[in-house]
Amino acid sequence: MADTSGTAEKTGWLTRLKAALRRSSSKLGEGITGIFTKRKLDDAALEELEELLIASDLGVTTSAKLAANLAKTRFNKDVSPEEVRTALAADVTEMLEPVARPLAIDLAKRPHVVLVVGVNGVGKTTTIGKLAKQQAEAGRKVMLAAGDTFRAAAVEQLQIWGERTGVPVVAKQAGADAAGLAYEALERAKREGAELLLIDTAGRLHNRSELMAELQKIVRVLKKQDETAPHDVLLVLDATTGQNALQQVATFKELVAVTGLVVTKLDGSAKGGVLVALAEQHKLPVHAVGVGEGADDLRPFSAEAFARSLMGLEV
Amino acid sequence: MFDGLQSRLNDVFSKLTRRGSLSADDVNAALREVRVALLEADVALPVVKDFVEGVREKAVGQEVLRSVTPGQQVVKIVHDHLVEMLGGTPGAEEEAAREGRFGGAAADIDLNAPAPIPILMVGLQGSGKTTTTGKIAKRLSDKQRKKVLMASLDVRRPAAQHQLKVIGEQIGVATLPIVPGENPVAIAKRALSAARLEGYDVVLLDTAGRLAIDEELMAEVAAVRDAARPHETLLVADAMTGQDAVNVAQAFEERVGLTGIALTRVDGDARGGAALSMKTVTGKPIKLLGTGEKMDALEPFHPERVAGRILGMGDIVSLVEKAAETIEQDEAEAMAKRLEKGRFDLNDMYKQLQQLTKMGGLKSMMKMLPGLGGMQDRLKNAKVDDKVVKRQMAIISSMTRQERAHPEVIKASRRQRIAKGSGTSVPEVNKLLKQFAETQRMVKKVKKMGGMQGLMGGGGPGGGMEGLLPGGGQGGAMPGGLPPGFGGGMGGGGNRMMRRAGRRK
Repeated sequence: MADTSGTAEKTGWLTRLKAALRRSSSKLGEGITGIFTKRKLDDAALEELEELLIASDLGVTTSAKLAANLAKTRFNKDVSPEEVRTALAADVTEMLEPVARPLAIDLAKRPHVVLVVGVNGVGKTTTIGKLAKQQAEAGRKVMLAAGDTFRAAAVEQLQIWGERTGVPVVAKQAGADAAGLAYEALERAKREGAELLLIDTAGRLHNRSELMAELQKIVRVLKKQDETAPHDVLLVLDATTGQNALQQVATFKELVAVTGLVVTKLDGSAKGGVLVALAEQHKLPVHAVGVGEGADDLRPFSAEAFARSLMGLEV
Repeated sequence: MFDGLQSRLNDVFSKLTRRGSLSADDVNAALREVRVALLEADVALPVVKDFVEGVREKAVGQEVLRSVTPGQQVVKIVHDHLVEMLGGTPGAEEEAAREGRFGGAAADIDLNAPAPIPILMVGLQGSGKTTTTGKIAKRLSDKQRKKVLMASLDVRRPAAQHQLKVIGEQIGVATLPIVPGENPVAIAKRALSAARLEGYDVVLLDTAGRLAIDEELMAEVAAVRDAARPHETLLVADAMTGQDAVNVAQAFEERVGLTGIALTRVDGDARGGAALSMKTVTGKPIKLLGTGEKMDALEPFHPERVAGRILGMGDIVSLVEKAAETIEQDEAEAMAKRLEKGRFDLNDMYKQLQQLTKMGGLKSMMKMLPGLGGMQDRLKNAKVDDKVVKRQMAIISSMTRQERAHPEVIKASRRQRIAKGSGTSVPEVNKLLKQFAETQRMVKKVKKMGGMQGLMGGGGPGGGMEGLLPGGGQGGAMPGGLPPGFGGGMGGGGNRMMRRAGRRK
């Protein structure tokens, strides 16, 4: 997402990502060691492995697929834990590789409009704040729209991010119509020649049809000014979320044409395993992952690093 | 939230209920399904294993093999086990109902301590701590008449303290004045001394969200605990949480020490396995459920009801209580009197539709009705929409007073005018009038049978039940667009509701 400038910084964030992921991944890695130490890959071992994968939020279907894949070439053979981990990591990397794509911002759009959506509490506003900081530091002309007019103090939260990053924030009072605000923000962004407009929205549960309709209205209103807007619709997901993430992606994708994902809170004890299941089912690009509270902790997503860390291997 | 698990288990058990006898193999096959269903519902693996083993022990025994309807027997064993795991006693609610008391709620916030009672709210980022703090404050001050002070200890997230202040203004609960730059421990101390000086009953301490593995922040919250000595420490957790729920709950229990769990976003469609996992690993009760964005969307946790919902047995008690709370007593009594005399006009129907929307609309009511578990998918396709209710209310609103009291005068030209006035169509007006006629017929029939009071076993705490009956009890009276068979389900619901209400006395 942000330019990866300089190798020093790159190793910096890789180490950080690795450290963050390692805390969370040790269980899966240790589990594999537990199962496959001096043991053949038989039915019982496969079942245990499958359970272990499920326990990392990979989901029943994806876990079965991974286990079956492993059995194809190695059934009834002696396998070392290391071998299993490497093979699984390779499989997961292959699944994730196609979706690991940074957000491409087209400066010519003036502005490139990004609508940020998601259920409550996943970290939409924080993600926008971090994105704004990175993009502004990269020299882009950024504007923010405080479209969460529902939650108390959400507007103030975004305004503080605006002050920190020196980015203008288009805001109205709490309770204002979010679609109207989005429309005005786009107008102003055009007028002032902003290159990137990030629109925040209130968190909403995907099964609340009236709230989803509100979101569709925002999209409709943006299209009145610019047929191609929003150019990106980012769905923010919380890594702690279990299998419900699949449901969230399906519904948001259907109703507001989500174009990419951001996964937050990956520095916790949650493994974000549901990402693998998501890649399998929806094939939406994962633009970035959040691994901490600092502005620099929003990072591009690397399939291999994620997969190897998930399996407890050195990145 | 438990719908997904419910339909999955319905599949499993419909296979079982069809069979006359049950072998150990059948039990194993069923339990495999139960296992996968629970895992897909985000119940943590170790918890699932325990659960399945517990059920197997009970199920493969003679109990099942000798019983007359083995499928039902397994359902009962799974249900009872689920209730136990969720922190309830199987049958406790039924017993309470028989003895005429409200029961079954596993645990509530404990206020049995000298004022000011400190309550500490902890949890991950974005789990809903601040909103839940506001909801609890509103409930304590509105329903339990407590003087509540809220204080935000979240000095990390921008505008977090301001958020709590705004919520406090919305619900009319005091918040501790914000002093910029103060650390969480100091804020907690200041909140408690202010509460002592100003005579508050309860102090709610809302903390910053933190990851369970963040040493520094976990140490900070432990320091807050030592300074505030909370009487209750509630872990606020998202019902959508995955397998990680176990780690989170365990970490907070070890580092801070919990007295209970508040589960948020229960109104989503997550399967809610986190509830089972967290209860099991911490041994601490789930005390509250957050069920919506409004500040009064907070409900007590009833293990038996939730277990029943998981297994498709419906949550009828919640529905009755909700009805009793929502429907104004006077209005209900007036309507009951009219109904007793066999009178029912469009004004009454309008009131019923109004009550329906107050209770959270058709969808939320249907979720609570028993027997609809297996129909969830069909209902989804049928697009049951609360808009229908709104349209019907619009139609009635477009009628004159005379028309509402004497619907028989509504002929073709009036129908056209009403359709125009309400922005609907003549067929829609016709449909509503037809439903009304059916309901009216039922009301008259009931009158012949000896009136509502006879049926109900004499008035009752649910003064609103009488009002509900024609709308909820008779399939024909439900707003249009429902799939066939739905009316029957609702009818059954109505009957069960009445039995429950009767038993309560």
